Amino acid sequence: MALYVALCYYDRDQSWDSVPDPEFTPEYTEFARRATEAGVMRGGEALYPVTMSTTITVSGGKGGDVLVTDGPYAEAKEVLAGYFLLEAADLDQAIAWAVQIPAAWRGKIELRPVAPAHA
Amino acid sequence: MDATGTLAGVLKGEGPRVLATLARTIGDLAVAEDALSEATITALDAWPRTGIPDDPRAWLAVVARRKALDLLRRESARAAKETAACRWGTGAAPDQIEEAIEAMEPQTSLRDDMLRLIFTCCHPALSREAQVAPSLRTLARLEVPAIARAFVVPEATMAKRLVRARAEIAAARIPYAIPADTELPGRLAAVLAVVYLIATEAHAPTGGPAVARVDLEAEALRLARLLASLMPDEPEALSLLALLLLTSARTPARTDADGNPVTLAGQERTRWNRAAIAEGSACLSEAVTRSGGVAGPYQIQAHLAAAHSTAPSWQQTDWDRIVGLYDLLASITASPVVALNRAVAVIERDGPEAGLAALTAIAGLEYSHLWHAALADNLCRLGRTSDAAGAALAVPAATAEGARSRHRGP
Repeated sequence: MALYVALCYYDRDQSWDSVPDPEFTPEYTEFARRATEAGVMRGGEALYPVTMSTTITVSGGKGGDVLVTDGPYAEAKEVLAGYFLLEAADLDQAIAWAVQIPAAWRGKIELRPVAPAHA
Repeated sequence: MDATGTLAGVLKGEGPRVLATLARTIGDLAVAEDALSEATITALDAWPRTGIPDDPRAWLAVVARRKALDLLRRESARAAKETAACRWGTGAAPDQIEEAIEAMEPQTSLRDDMLRLIFTCCHPALSREAQVAPSLRTLARLEVPAIARAFVVPEATMAKRLVRARAEIAAARIPYAIPADTELPGRLAAVLAVVYLIATEAHAPTGGPAVARVDLEAEALRLARLLASLMPDEPEALSLLALLLLTSARTPARTDADGNPVTLAGQERTRWNRAAIAEGSACLSEAVTRSGGVAGPYQIQAHLAAAHSTAPSWQQTDWDRIVGLYDLLASITASPVVALNRAVAVIERDGPEAGLAALTAIAGLEYSHLWHAALADNLCRLGRTSDAAGAALAVPAATAEGARSRHRGP
């Protein structure tokens, strides 16, 4: 088995600023329920909109000057809105679950394998 | 012949088919490859002692299949396949084993083992070179140099990319599994690229003195035909078939009586295969109709091949049309190789002065002996013989760098 992160992207305008349609929450609840029952779900969270982002950099190496700015790191048309952590036998299985995440048709999903932590 | 020689011969001639059939029946290419390797080791040990079997290919296929089932049995996650493997282990009769294997064969409209193998390798999560490399290695025994040439990059670069791809396949667990029918259209572009690259290799082999490899040419044509009939609504599949028919029609004229290569300009056009040209032209017309006026890269290349195939001579070729088609092709797939072919057509249409400007404007072919050769040839036409000699001398140095970017002709 391997772990994958399904990153959920939405159009910037679509995310939070507009009132979600009534199907929005039930769709996610339904996906989370099925993925949990199947033992695929290993975690996941929704994020507040990018307008609430804070970007931080430490210049001049570790311990250097801290620069805190309001807003996202990059002005992108598509923004990260949340993620799911999925456990699957292989990429094809992970894809089969990812296509069921509402972001797949409401926006885009980026699926990435999780690198094992080094002890 | 000794056992090792026989084995090498069987692997060379029949290895790809044994592997493709095995990959189909067990549904896993990686396991099939491991199993064939193990069967080969067994043969190396057994044949010198017991003698060469009557049907070496069948022997290899049966042993490889048994090894594959052993491998699958060891993999606990594969419950259904394990059941079949256990049945084998309990001394089932061969027909029962066949039955068990048929039962686990996935539903697919890919009836041809080779085609199924190519579709299996072309997983959409892989980069294009990682998609095509295993198919090219298995079907056409093409290794890194040929693949590097096809992608116009140095060998070392391609070797690094393929090593990285293998690491990514392992880390992301990208499976080699036969795709469902609904997944086939999404893989078509990569599959067409594989067939195109096999044809390219057939047209201009990477190693050895042969001008063309007719065995590979026939296989590429066969695969293109299968694709065109499998996906009748895909104009690019039909265009690729048209392209391969039109270019392979010229193969008989590409060598003279002594086996020396003859360029397109000097070919005896009466030796071209007229039936293949007619069929290719018909396929191209059909592709044009189905594409609704939006020509893909294979269709444009088929138009180019047709422009040559229907010209009465090199001199009477419609160079204006050919330059225009290359312009169109470059607008879709900007490639230095396309630019080079365009420059050669510009020389014919506008003369060597204009051709020189077109040739020297191309960047990215410093490794290509073809670019240096075209430059040297053109400088000769301009009477700049000493410059031409310099360009000609640069050829071996450039090819020694590794990435020879030969390509199929216009």
